[in-house]
Amino acid sequence: MAFLSFNNVGINGVSACVPKNIKKNKDLEDLLGKDELNKVIKSIGIQEMRHVDKGVTPSDLCYEAALTLIEDLKIDKSDIDLVLFLSQNGDFKIPATSPSLQHRLGLPKTTACIDLTLACSGYVYALSTAYAYASQPTINKVLLLVGEAFSQIVSDKDKVNAPLYGDAGTATLISKGDFGESQFNLYSDGSGFEAVQIPAGGARCPSTSETVKSREMEKGNSRTLHQLYMDGLDVFNFTLKVVPSSIKKALTKSNNNNETIDYFLFHQANKFMIDFFRKKLKIAEDKVPISLDKFGNVSSATIPLTIVTKLKDKIENKKLLLSGFGAGLSWATAVLDTSLCKVSKLKEI
Amino acid sequence: MKITESKLLIILEEVFEKDPVDMKVEDSFKDYDEWDSLTQLALVATLDDEFNINVNSDELEKINTILDILDLINNS
Repeated sequence: MAFLSFNNVGINGVSACVPKNIKKNKDLEDLLGKDELNKVIKSIGIQEMRHVDKGVTPSDLCYEAALTLIEDLKIDKSDIDLVLFLSQNGDFKIPATSPSLQHRLGLPKTTACIDLTLACSGYVYALSTAYAYASQPTINKVLLLVGEAFSQIVSDKDKVNAPLYGDAGTATLISKGDFGESQFNLYSDGSGFEAVQIPAGGARCPSTSETVKSREMEKGNSRTLHQLYMDGLDVFNFTLKVVPSSIKKALTKSNNNNETIDYFLFHQANKFMIDFFRKKLKIAEDKVPISLDKFGNVSSATIPLTIVTKLKDKIENKKLLLSGFGAGLSWATAVLDTSLCKVSKLKEI
Repeated sequence: MKITESKLLIILEEVFEKDPVDMKVEDSFKDYDEWDSLTQLALVATLDDEFNINVNSDELEKINTILDILDLINNS
C-alpha cells in the first residue's frame, strides 16, 4: 500500500500566480438560461474565476509563482536540486516542460527536472514525491511547480464544465528542517478512466480532422474530442465512496482527529461537494477554507492556491490535512506539519 | 434501515425542493420540473448520507418513481 511517512522534511513556502483576467459566471446566461444559471451558481459556489490570455500557459503562471517564492524566501538557486512540474497541459508534447523552467528560472545544470501528470489529486501526489527526494541526504531543496489552465481545454459551449474551471500556477519549496511527521496516503482506481477525460490527442486516439470538430455530445453540450468531458454523477459517486473514508483513515493513522487538525484543505471541486464532505465528517466550517468562489476549480493547483489566498499568515505551526481527488480515478490524503511554512502574497499577471 | 412513505417524502423535500404534499410515491420524479443534473447529485448525496446507499448512474437510470426509491432503501 502506498503509505509514506517523513520526519524532518517539510514545506518552506508556497506561492501562487493567477491571470488578472476575471471571468464571471453570471455572464453565462446565454449558455444556461437565467434560472438554471442561478441554481448552478448556488450549488457550485463559484462566482468567478481567472482565465489566461491566449498564449499564456500553466508553466508561465508557475514561472511567475516560482520567481515570487525564490525572492520571498531568499533562496540560493544553487540549492535547488530538483524541479518537479505537475500539469496536464505542458508546453509541448515533447519535450517535458520542467527543463525549460529550470533554464528560465536560472537554475544550475545540476538540477534534476521531472514532469508529472495527474489531475485534481496531483498536488498531494507530487508533494509526496517532493518529500521523498528531499529526504535524501544529497538533495537540498525541491521546487514543486503545479499549474493548470483549463480555460484552454474546456469548451465554452459545455454547460457542465464552463462554469467550473479557472487557471493558476503555484510554487512550493520543500526541504529538510525542524519539521514534525508528515504522512501521505495515495490511491488509484483506473477502472474509472473515462469519467473525466480528454479522449483525443494522445497515443490512443491521435488528432485527426474529425477529432477537432466541435459537435453536440449531450443535449445542449458541444465540444471537440480535445476538450474536457466529465460525467459529474459518476465522479461525485466515486468521491462519496472514497473521500470521507480516506480522510478517516488518514486521521486514525496519524493519531489525529477533527480537533487536532487546524485546517482541512479539500480539492476545490465545487461547494456542494465540499459542504457534503464537511458535514459528513462533522468538521467545523471555519476549518475548511474555500477559494473556489473567486477562483473556481483549478484542478491540481486548487490546494496550494487555497493556502495562498485563504491561509496567508495563518499557517505557521499548524497541522493540515490535504485531500485531493479526481480524474484517473485518483485520490490522495496528506497530514502535514507546516511549522516553517511561509506564504507569499498572490501574484497577478 | 426501514423507512415509511411519509418520512421519505419529508427527506426528499430538500432534494426536489418540493413540498411533501405535492409529491406522491407513484410520481415519476424524473418528470418533475425540478429534476436536473444538480437534483441527481442531491438525490445521490442524500441516499449516501441518510441510508449509506451508493447509487451509480446505471442504477439511477433504473429508478423512476419515489416508490422505487422507497424499495431501494427498504430492501438494502
